[in-house]
Amino acid sequence: MIVAVASGKGGTGKTSVAVNLAICIGNAQLVDCDVEEPNAYLLLNPEITRAEPVCRLVPFVKEELCDYCGKCAAFCQYNAILALLERILVFPELCHGCGGCILICPKKAIEEGKNRIGVIKEGFTHDLKIVFGELEVGEPMAGPLIREVKKRLDKSRNVILDAPPGTSCPVVETVKGSDFCILVTEPTPFGLHDLKITVKVLEDMRIPHGVVVNRAGIGDKKVYEYCKGKGIPVLLEIPYLRKIAELYSRGVPFSLEMPEWADRFQELFEDIKVLVGS
Amino acid sequence: MKQITILSGKGGTGKTTITAAFAVLAKKAVVADCDVDAPDLHMLLHPEVLETKEFRGSKIAVIDEMECVKCDICREKCRFDAITQDLTVNPFSCEGCGVCTIVCPVKAVSLTERISGYAYISKIKYGFMVHALLNPGESNSGKLATVVRQNAKLLAEKEGSSLIIIDGPPGIGCPVIASVTGVDAALVVTEPTMSGIHDLERALQLLRYFNVRPFACVNMYDVNMDNASKISTFCEENGVEVVGNIPFNPVVTEAMVNGKAIVEYSPECDVAKEIAAIWDRLGAELLF
Repeated sequence: MIVAVASGKGGTGKTSVAVNLAICIGNAQLVDCDVEEPNAYLLLNPEITRAEPVCRLVPFVKEELCDYCGKCAAFCQYNAILALLERILVFPELCHGCGGCILICPKKAIEEGKNRIGVIKEGFTHDLKIVFGELEVGEPMAGPLIREVKKRLDKSRNVILDAPPGTSCPVVETVKGSDFCILVTEPTPFGLHDLKITVKVLEDMRIPHGVVVNRAGIGDKKVYEYCKGKGIPVLLEIPYLRKIAELYSRGVPFSLEMPEWADRFQELFEDIKVLVGS
Repeated sequence: MKQITILSGKGGTGKTTITAAFAVLAKKAVVADCDVDAPDLHMLLHPEVLETKEFRGSKIAVIDEMECVKCDICREKCRFDAITQDLTVNPFSCEGCGVCTIVCPVKAVSLTERISGYAYISKIKYGFMVHALLNPGESNSGKLATVVRQNAKLLAEKEGSSLIIIDGPPGIGCPVIASVTGVDAALVVTEPTMSGIHDLERALQLLRYFNVRPFACVNMYDVNMDNASKISTFCEENGVEVVGNIPFNPVVTEAMVNGKAIVEYSPECDVAKEIAAIWDRLGAELLF
């Protein structure tokens, strides 16, 4: 089973929930898809067994063959190619790597070369496998790296995907293909507002979902009213406890120090299995 | 005109809380919310929308079923796996590149524009606010953040405002890059956690990459004093000025529930006072 953990608003506790869940259910693979700010490994200190650079294809123009007709620049939807009178400029950071410029060039003057966008690391702690991507600083597009990270899913295990914050393309890329999505929120106006946008994304994508309320006790009750009204199950509440916040600040998954939570995360996973029907 | 961006790397460290407080303290600034896919600032500043503009950020492929001869070439050539087995376009995967339109032998595929969101120009009690809302699940958050930045600049020029305060999104990807390019300074809001420290380092690298003057502050510093002092040391060693340490106080959540900036809701609390002190320090450094 593939379970994604997302939120909308940042800092609601996605990584904490993903890591604790992965530890508690056993035989899991934790896949950190927040390639802009991968944090899950900070809580796990895995032994890294593999680090692989990831490149994406971007065009290179062979000037000796180019007659500056400008068809490539006109075709490119991302303005990644600029055709001047006697020069072609390529902006790799704008390129989505669709390959259209190569197809359209009448002189076959464009080739693709590799542009490094990040690195994927794999490792393990105890029986938990972990995979995460790290986007190069200055590289704008997370999507291609997330796609590469997701090629490394080990479907013989229960896969937990830790999503980036927000509600746009990197989140869509992460949750795509999941059997279920846990939405971690906090019971505040910001938490609720961003939760609603994320629920809309999951509804459109037809991915079953449920809510985990983190820092329960702060804020107000509107998250619960919203979930009730929408028929979204509230699967777990994690209270606001200074102890949990302090453990997180030191990089310790709280279920390791508060063993009663191991059972609750296992129950959470059992509940999800029932909801998914497997 | 000066522009300052509030960012963090890690989400949920308090960017929006601080931006809203700055908006109140600045009195007549243009405030820009560049977190276009999960914008929250409006819940504290209550903008009255003066102008709404459609944002057409991307295109999507459309296959004309009457013309399609089911040759499968578009599906083979699409690098985003956006064309399904039964030759329909998956809107969540299509990046609107147009490769399918050129490989189709019978010209059955075309690109159409889609409305990807909306950009707003608004008035607030303390000046003006520019913001946007990306449609759920859309791409092009960077482009929309750029639209917000352009609107901010035009509005500041028109209204004679000398300061733009930008609330940035989390992460280091396209919308963040769009929020920091060409600004005078950025304040990185971090928290004393392992993740906060890790993401602060990456945010500072990003600012160096784009040649933006960095400042840092630690929010909820008293949750872990050891880490807070580690952050101070790290910043000192890297020539980054730490302009404040904000304590943890549940009154911040209370202010949010009441839809108010902390400096309005509880101006005498320790958090409001420290944010005001940060604001003064930034003002002294940047001369606004």
